[in-house]
Amino acid sequence: MTLMREKTILELYEAMYTSRYLEKIVTQLWEKGNIYGEMHLGIGEEAIIAGVLSHLIPGDAISTDHRSTPPFVMRGVDIESLLLEFLGHPKGLCSGLGGHMHLFCKELLLTSSGIVGSSGPSAVGFALATKYQKTKNIAVAFFGEGSMNQGMLLESLNLASSLNLPVLFICKDNNWAITTRSNEVTGGVLLDRVRGFGIEAREVDGSDCMAVWQAVETAIPRLRKRNPAPYFIQASCTHNEGHFLGDPLLRFHRSPKKELGAVTGPLTKSVLHYKGGRLDKRISSVSNVLALIAKARAQLSFSNDPIRRLEKTQTHLKDQFAQIKLKVEKKINSISERVLNLVQEEASL
Amino acid sequence: MRKMEFAEAIESALKHAMTNDPDIFLMGEDVHTLRINLLAQFGKERVISTSISESAFLGAGVTAAMAGLRPIIEIMLIDFIGVAIDALLNHASKILTFSGGKWNVPLVVRTSCGGGYGDGGQHEQSLWGWLAHIPGLHVVVPSNPSDAGQLLLSAIESDHPVIYLEHKLLADYWLDYMGTGGRENVSFDVPEKGAIGEVPEKWESLPIGKANILREGDDITLISLGVSVHRCLEAANILSEDEISVEVLDLRWVSPLDKEAIITSVSKTKRVIVVDEDYMRFGLSGEIAAILAEENISPIQFGRVCTEHTIPFNRHLEDNVLPNVNRILALARKFKS
Ligand SMILES: Cc1ncc(C[n+]2csc(CCOP(=O)(O)OP(=O)(O)O)c2C)c(N)n1
Ligand SMILES: [Mg+2]
Repeated sequence: MTLMREKTILELYEAMYTSRYLEKIVTQLWEKGNIYGEMHLGIGEEAIIAGVLSHLIPGDAISTDHRSTPPFVMRGVDIESLLLEFLGHPKGLCSGLGGHMHLFCKELLLTSSGIVGSSGPSAVGFALATKYQKTKNIAVAFFGEGSMNQGMLLESLNLASSLNLPVLFICKDNNWAITTRSNEVTGGVLLDRVRGFGIEAREVDGSDCMAVWQAVETAIPRLRKRNPAPYFIQASCTHNEGHFLGDPLLRFHRSPKKELGAVTGPLTKSVLHYKGGRLDKRISSVSNVLALIAKARAQLSFSNDPIRRLEKTQTHLKDQFAQIKLKVEKKINSISERVLNLVQEEASL
Repeated sequence: MRKMEFAEAIESALKHAMTNDPDIFLMGEDVHTLRINLLAQFGKERVISTSISESAFLGAGVTAAMAGLRPIIEIMLIDFIGVAIDALLNHASKILTFSGGKWNVPLVVRTSCGGGYGDGGQHEQSLWGWLAHIPGLHVVVPSNPSDAGQLLLSAIESDHPVIYLEHKLLADYWLDYMGTGGRENVSFDVPEKGAIGEVPEKWESLPIGKANILREGDDITLISLGVSVHRCLEAANILSEDEISVEVLDLRWVSPLDKEAIITSVSKTKRVIVVDEDYMRFGLSGEIAAILAEENISPIQFGRVCTEHTIPFNRHLEDNVLPNVNRILALARKFKS
């Protein structure tokens, strides 16, 4: 194991905290109604993104899924232009035309997509280009464990393996796909599946940024060598806001009276309907869903939070962490103030 | 008559159908939560939750239908059909012909569509013209609760593949899920008559391929479907103040298309505007122009208010890219001046 330098740990902390703090601001904007549509956050997966991006060099490409904010921020995309994009502003990163699920940055070779599994083929194409151009660059694909049952992602694993392409596949595993427990709809073991394609694969605790960093440190030489090979990492994580802001399963826990009330009436009626399946089966189907709602609550806990985790394990860096926090908050606060002022000014014109 | 919300009507009609026909089952992502009431009544043998594997479960739906079942396959958003289009393009639509007319595919694809709530260009498309382009597929787009329930029954009763599209501005649970997320400080232009309305006491199907005249008029025909029919009705009201008499035709079905209703109405008004939330080029609006030309209904004035570009995330731009009342009014007034 490579010994991690203090500097690296502090950099990881700063990357994670920057993304976290920005997404907190995003949460406020969404709650105030300034951001439309869905908003998927990367809160809880910062350690995975930071641990991977720490090893990237200029010219490496990243293909993300619908949780694109952390990789874009950590790769150095201007925060103001990101915030403006989330608000749909013409001065946003994508002129307000893309929105958070469709962010693109040509200069940094960053893409995102709201189509589940599409980061697989996307990264394969970037990797093909680096090989074609004979550079040392690699491509990273970020996706959730739910995407591992999407055909195009599985096809991409085979393509990367058979063409010997430098793709780093990063599976962010929270065992949820919207309201589905992924293990309940997945056959076999994911790592075995990936190894079946001839790809080296390993698991890592995705809430531990140092563990992720170490895992990628081992993978990188295989990816950057003259005859590269793809590599796969399955990293566990928890999304504190559930699937997206306003997650209906979490709403049950936050305001149970309001949310459960609307559901239970029709539900009881259905269970008791005089025609249908066998009553015991109906009851067990419903209790399974209720158990699912109960399980969703675990996401609200911060016990696996990657930032807190680093703070807890690296107590000797307490003061430096505090300084970083202050610096980051000051920077992002001033950006968000500027952005909000601009938007308000324009609205009053 | 009883009153129901759009999604409630779909569920009510679906319950009715599933109660009467044990061969009907649902399959798709997250149906255990999205269709929890159906799960509660019919159990998980008939309400089957899947992994995110559209190409596999839609393809499987095709042959399950060929084996004698009546599958209703759910594709969460029509935009996601991209990953599974083969099942429709090369299989569901063609097997009847390939088998010499001997093997039919009674498949229903239930999916949500449409924009107007700020979700961007990969989540707000309509794509019905794109699907109706394929011979062998039927495509239906209800615009109000009563039609929603009845047309779902038509789709289920059909012995051939039908794509059933529910607009997210009309189905309250979709809008809550994708648009408001439980917030009270965002609102969208939801047409009230589409979102809630009277439905029949007893669910019965409507004929396949029959359009519906929502408003009679003499000067201009607005041909539309889905949420856009409500934009047309609003425009028609405003135009009536200018003494312009507008007929509004709700197509209901993109395929089969009710040619007769189109021809009859346009022969009378001689002016027609197609208001279509789907893409403009190579689609429904062009098809209607072709039908009118083929029937030699001339001279007429023809225009269209459709979606011409990738749907932008910016709410203001989005509202202008999608058909809206002002765009309809501007074109209609130009015709009459
Ligand atoms: C092709 C496609 N099917 C379905 C969806 C709807 N959808 C969006 S995110 C998601 C769950 C993804 O789960 P996972 O890959 O585990 O990512 P997570 O959200 O847990 O980070 C689904 C089903 C989609 N966007 N694209
Ligand atoms: Mg997941």
